[in-house]
Amino acid sequence: MNALLIAESRQGQLLPASYETVAFAQQLGAETSMFLVGSPQSLPQYAGKLYLADADQAGEYNPAVHKQLLLRVIEQEQPDMIVFCHSSYGWDLAPRVAASLSVAQVSEVVDVVDGGFVVPACNSKLRRTVKPQSSPAVLTLQSGAFNLEAPSGSPRVESLGIDVKNGIEFVAYEAAEKGGVDLSKAEIIVSAGRGVGKPENLEMIQTLARALGGEFGASRPVVDAGWTEHNRQVGTTGQTVAPKLYVACGISGAIQHLAGMKKSEFVVAINTDKDAPIGEVADVLVVADLKQLVPILTEKLQS
Amino acid sequence: MKILVCIKQVPDMESKFKLNPAGTWYSDQDLAWRMNEYDEFAVEQAVQLKEQTGGELVVLSLGPAQVREALKKALAMGADRAVHLQDEASYEKDPFAIASAIAAYARDENFDAIFTGMQSQDRGSAQVGLMLAELLGINAVSTIVDFSCDGNSVTAKRELEGGLKAVVKTNLPALFTCQLGLNTPRYPTLPNIMKAKKKEIATPALTAPASLTATLSVAYPEKKGQGLVLEGDVGELADQLLSILKEKTTVLK
Repeated sequence: MNALLIAESRQGQLLPASYETVAFAQQLGAETSMFLVGSPQSLPQYAGKLYLADADQAGEYNPAVHKQLLLRVIEQEQPDMIVFCHSSYGWDLAPRVAASLSVAQVSEVVDVVDGGFVVPACNSKLRRTVKPQSSPAVLTLQSGAFNLEAPSGSPRVESLGIDVKNGIEFVAYEAAEKGGVDLSKAEIIVSAGRGVGKPENLEMIQTLARALGGEFGASRPVVDAGWTEHNRQVGTTGQTVAPKLYVACGISGAIQHLAGMKKSEFVVAINTDKDAPIGEVADVLVVADLKQLVPILTEKLQS
Repeated sequence: MKILVCIKQVPDMESKFKLNPAGTWYSDQDLAWRMNEYDEFAVEQAVQLKEQTGGELVVLSLGPAQVREALKKALAMGADRAVHLQDEASYEKDPFAIASAIAAYARDENFDAIFTGMQSQDRGSAQVGLMLAELLGINAVSTIVDFSCDGNSVTAKRELEGGLKAVVKTNLPALFTCQLGLNTPRYPTLPNIMKAKKKEIATPALTAPASLTATLSVAYPEKKGQGLVLEGDVGELADQLLSILKEKTTVLK
């Protein structure tokens, strides 16, 4: 089996998530080669052939160019599978490649079983085992599902020339507004999810956070609704946190949220849904309405 | 301007999911259905663009008879007409087959702008929109959280990881996949719901290639098992939780 691994680079730096594709290939026992549009100054620790296009010429987000480069490498390598991270880069580029080649794509692989790949469905309440019926097959890997302990080696670089034009113009990166809170340093975080129901109820979450001597955070829907600032958001598109205690109030546990908090030392989830995916990472799941439980908890802490 | 928005109907994600008899997807019985959340942002953006530029907005959905409810909601939000690609077993189609079916319809319609959700809440593959653009040979920008159109040029912001965004520009025709928080989807008003009842829902023939993936099985995730589940009286739950925190963590004094 031969896998072409797609590494990623941003602002001139290799993204460590690239190594997850190596871990995946190792688990499968596949022969590999790697593809990267990035900087010759920031190469992966990888003992194999690396097809490298310089991002200074190709652009870091330039899907038509990246696709054309990748299609050339696929033609040369004839891989059985093309492996991306399920990231803003991978989920953008993978379907373009799969559709160009009319081949199967399986998104967000979390596990490999005999004959197929396991992917989540319905907010991780179900798991689906999918078999691609084409060769090659395009795969994207869920962030954090495959981890490489110690990357090592130096690549044999094969440089790719760029002769295609792109239809999309990259203008600029825009960083999130930095606020006064750095949740990554907090020892205790109490977070509010969609289950708080309305913005007025956020106050009881904030009060509990204060009573515990911690910070309050929020899941994406609460931030999107404008109930609190983005600098409070925990998850892949917000902050990644690892406090000693994380209390998730009314948070169902979307993968993007779990990825941002699963390294917490002790996780308490308060949720009315006993089957909510947050239960997967919770040390204690309290099946209760947060609107009843949170004020009582706060009162007992304060007395 | 001629605009297309593609939507999917999905179950409420708070539902308790049972499996279908073949064990290849969830059972469609006893579920509350709604428009895929990401698609609500797509419909809103499409309606806003139509309000800005004039023209025609078409809403399309592929699925069983009940997806007409989702189409009616989009019509009440401001779409002019609907296209229903009927398929009673659409869950058996993979993203490539679905994108191909939509492309077969859209190819001759020459839409200037196409909007989709960035993914569906039930399948979550995040493939159909980008594949559709690829099959139509038009530009695509995925996971947008900001959109502005000036003549034939669109400036959009893509959401990346860790709070970072990428500002990109494209000319039309182009396709955009919409992320949560892009806008505030409107609620259909009663007069618009009434008006929507008179709008056309066309049912052109569906043509699609065979799927390139097969679902072998669907199952519930294995419970990891180490977590404690507390249920019962709220006052007692609070006491139990506090004593656990005192025992198991170092943060409670």
